[in-house]
Amino acid sequence: MSGINASGWKPEMARIEGDAPTTSTGNRALMLEEPLIFEIGSSNTTGVDFADAPTHTSRLGGLERTAEMGIPGLSEAETVRHYTRLSRQNYAIDLGLFPLGSCTMKHNPRLNEKIARMPGFADIHPLQPQDTVQGALGVIDQLAHWLITLTGMTSVAMSPKAGAHGELCGILCIKAALDARGEDRPVVLVPESAHGTNPATAAFAGYKVENIPATPEGRVDLAALKARLGPDIAAVMITNPNTCGLFEPEMKAISDAVHAVGGFVYCDGANFNAIVGRVRPGDLGVDAMHINLHKTFSTPHGGGGPGSGPVVLSEALAPFAPLPFVHRDGGAWRLVEEENVGEDLPHSFGRMTAFHGQMGMFTRALAYIMSHGTDGLKQVAEDAVLNANYVLRSLEDVLDAPFGGSGPCMHEALFSDKGFAEGFTTLDLAKGLIDEGYHPMTMYFPLVVHGAMLIEPTETESKAALDQFIAAMRHVAGQAKAGDEALKGAPYYAPRRRLDETLAARKPILAWAEPAVASGSGNYEKPGGG
Amino acid sequence: MARYFTKDHEWLDVDGDTATVGITSYAQEQLGDIVFVETPEAGKSVSQGDDAAVVESVKAASDVYAPASGTVSEGNAALADDPALVNTDPEGEGWFFKMTLSDAGQVSAMMDEAAYKDYVAGL
Repeated sequence: MSGINASGWKPEMARIEGDAPTTSTGNRALMLEEPLIFEIGSSNTTGVDFADAPTHTSRLGGLERTAEMGIPGLSEAETVRHYTRLSRQNYAIDLGLFPLGSCTMKHNPRLNEKIARMPGFADIHPLQPQDTVQGALGVIDQLAHWLITLTGMTSVAMSPKAGAHGELCGILCIKAALDARGEDRPVVLVPESAHGTNPATAAFAGYKVENIPATPEGRVDLAALKARLGPDIAAVMITNPNTCGLFEPEMKAISDAVHAVGGFVYCDGANFNAIVGRVRPGDLGVDAMHINLHKTFSTPHGGGGPGSGPVVLSEALAPFAPLPFVHRDGGAWRLVEEENVGEDLPHSFGRMTAFHGQMGMFTRALAYIMSHGTDGLKQVAEDAVLNANYVLRSLEDVLDAPFGGSGPCMHEALFSDKGFAEGFTTLDLAKGLIDEGYHPMTMYFPLVVHGAMLIEPTETESKAALDQFIAAMRHVAGQAKAGDEALKGAPYYAPRRRLDETLAARKPILAWAEPAVASGSGNYEKPGGG
Repeated sequence: MARYFTKDHEWLDVDGDTATVGITSYAQEQLGDIVFVETPEAGKSVSQGDDAAVVESVKAASDVYAPASGTVSEGNAALADDPALVNTDPEGEGWFFKMTLSDAGQVSAMMDEAAYKDYVAGL
């Protein structure tokens, strides 16, 4: 293509110099300031043109609303611009590598979105007659079959809406199984290397939580666990691979020991991405495990969509699964609910959700699974682990890797702040990484590592993308170790400079308040705190 | 009155069978800016090692354990409005709770200030 900029010349990137003039609007070219929607909306504006409502007599007996609702009104164009402007201040997996550890921020394939938007999946309602939604019920059943097969378990509860909801589902199944045995076991054991939601789940379900220490190699201390086992132990909640990014090689021995005293094994499946297609948790003696469809199976996270946390169950726990679930009779599917549960699941502990689960996530996850196939899913795990090890070995000469000596990591690489200059912290490094164009990694977790930095690149990233990220990490790590004062001021290039996280936590402002007009002066006060 | 320290980085001032409990300066440094403290209510009965209070910083949430068995007589109400007291005066105004000890002998196994200093230096 000679003739088109053959010189390779590129226009110089804009720089924000110390003496750059401020603009009258606060905007900086394409970096646009944007007020809150309540500050730009007006109750006199609307984006739709409704016919006047017919006059009617209120039947609310004087209880009808007379004050304005206070919903901001904008035209369609203003609404679109508002949210588009805000979205430009955000970082997303569609913009770049998102190294948040234990979150498995992988690419959301567009094929998933196409499938989920098919009218037969997108335009249906959970109360529709079942003979009109056979395809959708078939999707739930087929996804359930895949999840059971991939984990080597007996059944799956599809309705839990997210990881922690799935944990609660699993613990409630364990509680129901113990109740059925007439046993009152008050304690749930949680190793230090487990996810932080695990103890919260056990406590929420009414159990007393006890910690099991980690070994110097970052694994569950099997001897300490065995020493604590007894007739008062309801369950052990283990994250495998754990939050140090390491596989728990003693998992089978742990399960056997817990089963020997009559307890159950809950496995936090948040890190399933590292072992999908390679290891079946059922073979390791797991009784219940949630699967985050929004992690391992590529459905969007957070603002991109709801989570979904189906829970696979062992033979011992399957009879206690929550309603509803999809049952196949010959060529047709039907929903098993309270009215017709009798013969199918008489010991179900009840219901966790109004309806069947996150249908939009089910279609996306099944699209991902079927487009990868069993061989593709196996490669997902292999590439995710390879990428994490590439990051680990490419950074361990500049960042302390506390478990780097205990062999390869799984899906995520863990570093500590050891070796940083006096007064420099993981937070400073993370803020510097924002300026380099990356969302920071998971920080200060797991707690067993000082100033922890947990990096999960996922299989999404190419070697070129990893090399760019590694170069940025080496740069900010160098700044933190050298005590480069510039790092203390970061971020310089984000829409806002460093925020006061302490003040935000101590005195949060949780709702917008209309600025009060001070009488006579016409000056606006800032929204109040508290 | 004598001051004792635990390996969980708590201090307690013991006067007869009553004790005042807080977290050490080292602990608050490790936690960073404290943003929330939940203290136990008076009358709560605790055994040594039980969760007695919760402390939350910008980095992490942690349990504060009962360093000894007994009954809580008072939680520090000032921490609800001003959790920063734990950062500014951890071993004074930032105390967490007072308790009546049921087994005063438990403190004999704890560290004095010099022993705690050595313990922290070895971490």
